[in-house]
Formats: sequence, structure tokens, C-alpha cells
Amino acid sequence: MTTLNPENFSCPLPLTEYETIQLAHGSGGRLSAELVSRFFLPRFGNETLNRLEDQAVVDFSQGRLALTTDSFVVDPLFFPGGDIGDLAINGTVNDVCMSGAAPLYLAAAFIIEEGLPMATLHRVLLSMEKAAKAAGVQIVTGDTKVVNRGCCDKLFITTTGVGRVPQGVNISAANLKCGDKVILSGSIADHGMAILTSREGLSFESRVQSDTASLNGLVEKMLNASPSIHAMRDPTRGGLATTLNEFAASSRVGIVLEESAIPVRPAVRGACEVLGIDPMYVANEGKLVAVVPAEVADKVLAAMRSHPLGREAAVIGEVVGDNQGLVVMRTALGAQRIVDMPVGEQLPRIC
Amino acid sequence: MKFVDEYRDPALARRLLDQIRQIVTRPWVIMEICGGHTHAIMKNGLDQLLPVQVELVHGPGCPVCVTPVEIIDRAVAIAARPEVIFASFGDMLRVPGSSSSLFMAKSAGADVRMVYSPLEAVTLARQNPDREVVFLAVGFETTAPGNAMALLQAKREGLTNFSLLASHVLVPPAIRALLSSPGNRVQGYLAPGHVCTVMGWREYEPLAEEFRVPIVVTGFEPVDILAGLLMVLRQLEAGRHEVENQYGRSVSREGNQAAQRIVDEVFAVSDKVWRGIGVLPASGLVIRNQFALYDAERKFGVKTISVQESGLCRSGDVLQGLIKPESCPAFGRECTPEHPLGATMVSGEGACAAYFKYHRI
Repeated sequence: MTTLNPENFSCPLPLTEYETIQLAHGSGGRLSAELVSRFFLPRFGNETLNRLEDQAVVDFSQGRLALTTDSFVVDPLFFPGGDIGDLAINGTVNDVCMSGAAPLYLAAAFIIEEGLPMATLHRVLLSMEKAAKAAGVQIVTGDTKVVNRGCCDKLFITTTGVGRVPQGVNISAANLKCGDKVILSGSIADHGMAILTSREGLSFESRVQSDTASLNGLVEKMLNASPSIHAMRDPTRGGLATTLNEFAASSRVGIVLEESAIPVRPAVRGACEVLGIDPMYVANEGKLVAVVPAEVADKVLAAMRSHPLGREAAVIGEVVGDNQGLVVMRTALGAQRIVDMPVGEQLPRIC
Repeated sequence: MKFVDEYRDPALARRLLDQIRQIVTRPWVIMEICGGHTHAIMKNGLDQLLPVQVELVHGPGCPVCVTPVEIIDRAVAIAARPEVIFASFGDMLRVPGSSSSLFMAKSAGADVRMVYSPLEAVTLARQNPDREVVFLAVGFETTAPGNAMALLQAKREGLTNFSLLASHVLVPPAIRALLSSPGNRVQGYLAPGHVCTVMGWREYEPLAEEFRVPIVVTGFEPVDILAGLLMVLRQLEAGRHEVENQYGRSVSREGNQAAQRIVDEVFAVSDKVWRGIGVLPASGLVIRNQFALYDAERKFGVKTISVQESGLCRSGDVLQGLIKPESCPAFGRECTPEHPLGATMVSGEGACAAYFKYHRI
């Protein structure tokens, strides 16, 4: 293989004789090499990746590793506020850093449907490049496969991330204690409603934007304020309700929420009302929920609010000894209801 | 959010609750007919805030719940045909038929699409001239005008590949049947605001008169429901029995007459099976003969499909307000939202699902 110099390539769509992905781009031959050299390396290139070995070999200091992997199959590929590219970076960065770890390296695998426009792939890669830079992580290894038309939907991306867990940090869904405070970093349901309202067939316009963002900067601030955070997760699929139910079940405690303390943007609320969907069950991609000892709650909250991604952070509830395994909502009117796990996908109601 | 927040105002709700507490002197049983009301009552915990003398009974007004199981079986049979694109509102997809649901049919290869409006199904028919597009037209008087409109639109465009699998039900005959039943305990009704937006409240006046029950047309936010209950209770305490309208921002006595005309053009009133209840006279809508080409039951010859329901499930008693969901021996055991035996456990508006979801503390 010829020596590659990513500096020679610039941002515009790289020159290629093909406008769309061909099966041969996944054959491992000349076209595969061209795809890597012209499309991937200019975006993600770094010392480790540029070696194009079968694996990334990286330095690692002593301590504990956090390792995660996630597949991204979102439809549509581009939606208000983001696309599959930044989602694939942010989602995995967030899964790593919910352990308290600082994310260091990512691996990325692409399954591409034959016929995908090169311009689409390029746009996704640009967005991944930008998101990785913003999160301060390097993509150090990867893989590309091309499948026959109809064998996948346009583009699937799997990212794997590793990070280093700082000493003295022990974050787990099983660590909730009676009296702990539940803190949410901002408004819920933005991502899920952005996707839903941008899908074909929905004939109303919405200004709902996805909240996709890497949360490692926010987590770093929180851990600096107090390393004694008990539990932390980003409530993606299944929404806030599902994450809190997982916490309650793992720790065998109850969680009581204040309905009026949970922020939902007006446009998101409007879309949820129209479609008959409960925002508590809708996915987020740039929010976290943390459970912290009551005595450090104010400190952690202040730290979160000093970060752009935590400006709207709020205490939304607390951990109790009653109703083990259940999440209970105090309604705005002062009654109570159970916030259950969803059974399947939420379905819009008839009336 | 405008036009919503005002009707969820906790201070206003508390004032209404205080007024209800002040006027109630003895026990009353009030039924909310509509599943939308049941859902809002459970979600906001209104039943916990009312004085103990006021008992709410949940009515049969969930279209998903009362759709006969054979309609689901017919839907699955039609959807399984290779030429068919089967379109439905989302919450009908999970409803169990006797052996399959539309979701299961989809995973087995059927082309089942979730749509938000019957007119989207007409668009599918236009875009796929070589396929048969069938829309599952269920619901009360609320969804009937949209479905009728879709059929007329398809006819106007000359689309012969569009049809409705219709199972429409009407509210007033259900109230009549409930009030006529020997076990009836209900003394007052919250009438469904959405249905009355289309139909008006004129047809409820003979019911209030004949059975001497107060009926209040009511909206769907917590303040609406509390205000509607207050109006029913005032009548009960004063011995009155009238039709009143709490939902004035949406409902008039005559209703939406243009919508009523379209429904009447396309559908005829007929006897109808309600899941869990049985046949109620003049309680449903069927597609008129002149639109037979757009009637999926006739087009695909599925009318002969009929079935028996699970013996354990007592959703019929729940739908008639005879028992509360927790009193059913299968509730939360054999019957859960993951494995619903009856449709009241499937839809978010079904009383059993609402109890399971919000009420197990």
C-alpha cells in the first residue's frame, strides 16, 4: 500500500470515480483501500489509526478500564439537531463516562448498504470528526463492510469506547441509598421527539431539536465537585422512566419524583400531547440522571449548572425505603402514580 | 403551553376539589364513559383526591378495548395477503387477536404500517397503485368523520385499491344499555368531550330525561374533569338530571354538522358486537352498500372469521363498571400488559392497563 498523508486531503467531498458505494468498496481490495484513504483517514486520522494495523495498540496507565459498545441504526440518518455520526460518537462517549471514566479511545465499525451516496457517507464522517474533537477522543481503529442493497438500511455504525475510571470513584445502579437525591441534567424527550417528528408521514412541522451531545465534560465537573456520586446513567432508549426503574430494581429501593420538577420543553410537550406520548419514556442523547448523597447534592448541582450542558439541572426526586423497586411520581395536584417500565415501544393513541 | 397549562393549574384544581368536598353530602357513583378520561384520572391521581363518597366507575369508551377480537383476526388475515399494505393507528397494532396481533403479523412478513391519519393511508394507495391498501377504521364518533373522509377522498380520486376494515361504535346506545342493565349502580355520567365535539350533546338529552341521570360533557385535562364532576355532583345533590356542557371551548349542542353529514353519507347505523359486552342494538356504523367496493370485509371475504374469548378475562364486567380491574382474578397474574388476555389491558386507555400502570402502590 502506498504511504498515506491525510494532510493532502481537504474537507470537500473527496474525488472518486463513484458517486455511490459499490459492493467492491467492502471487498478488501483497491476500492476498499481507496475508501479508507480518501474518506476515513482524512476525517479521523491520528498516529494510531494511520498505521492501519489490524488492531490499535495504545498506551494505558494503571487503574480500572471502562469499556462499552453500542450500535446506531437511526432512521432518518439526518434529523434536526444531529445525525447518525455525532450520535455514534456521543452515545458511546456517554456510556463510557457514566461510570465516571474519562473516555480515551473509540473504535468504529461501519455497515454500509450498497448504493449509499458517497456524499452521504462523507457528511456523516465530517459530523463524527467534529463530535470526536468536541469530546476529546480519538478513533483508533475501525472496520467497513458493504452489504447488498436491502440487507441493511443505508448505514449502520457500531462504536466501541474505552476510558479510565479515576481512583475513588464507584458508580453503579446498585449503589442507591435511602435519602439520596436524584438530579437530572436538563429537559427530557428532545431526541426521541426530534426523530419521531422528522420521520416520513408525520405531517406537522416541529422545531424539536435532538439534544445529542457528549457529556464527559459535565461528568468531569460533577466528579470534581464530589467523587461520591452513587449512580449515573444517560436515559436513552426507554427514557427517564426506564433508567429510574433500573436504578430502583438494582438497588432495591423506591424512588419518589416530583412531576413539576422535571423539565420538558414547550415544543416537545406539544408534540407529545399531539401524538399521545409520555415524555418520561422518550429517548434522550445528551442528558444524564445522577443519584447523589443528600449532603453533596447542592455542590454537585451547582457544578452541573456551571456547565453549558447542565444549565437546567434540577433535583427531581429522592430515594426512599418504601415501595422497593418502584418509581412513584407525585403529581402536580399532590396525588401519586406509579411510573412503570414501558412494555414495548410507545404507541400513539387513537384519541 | 397555551390551552393546556390553564387546565392543569394545581391551584385551580385544589379550589374545585374544595368545592366538591363542600357540596357532597352522601355517596355517589359516577361513570366516565371515555377511556381518555380514565387515563387522565389515573395519570393525575384524581381518584385519590376526591372525597371517599365519590366513586368513579370506568366506562366502555376505549375504542381499542371494545373492538371485537374477530376484527383483529380479520385484520391479521387481510394483512397476511402479499398484495396488501395494512395501515393502522399505533395502539391497534399490539391488540391480541385469538392467535396473533398485527405486530406479530408484521414480524412474520406482513406489510403493516403505522399511520397517524386515515388520509395517510389514502396517500399510500395513491403511491402504490399495484398494492391493496387497507386501513383499520376503528373508534367512536370521533374518528368516524376522518375515516369517512378518507373513503370519499379515495373514491373522488378513483383509487380502487383502497378500502376500510371498519369497526365503529357509538356512545349513546352504550349508555342506554348500561343504564338499562339490572345491575346498574351509576347515578351520573361524564360524557366524552371529543365525541360530543363531533356529535353535539342533543342525543344525550333523551337519556338524561328517561333515566333521570345528570350527564355533563367534559374535557380531558384535570381541571376539566374536576369541573365536570362538580357539575354532576351539584345536579345529584339538587336532584336535577340535565345535560350540561363543561367543555364549552370545543363542544356545541349541535356539534360539527359537516362532519356528521360525511359520516351519514358513508356509514349506516347497525347492531354491533362490543368486545366483552356482546351485541348492542343500533350501536355501530357499517359501510353503506353503495361503497361496498371500499369495504375490506367484503373485498377480501373475511366476514366468516369468528372466535371465542378467554374464559378467565372479565374485561366485559370491567367495561360495564360491574367490577374494578383489581377484582378480576387474572389481573396482574395471567393478564399483564406484556401478556394481555383482554383488550382493556392493551390500550393505555383501557381501565386494566391504567390500573396496572399507575395504581399498584
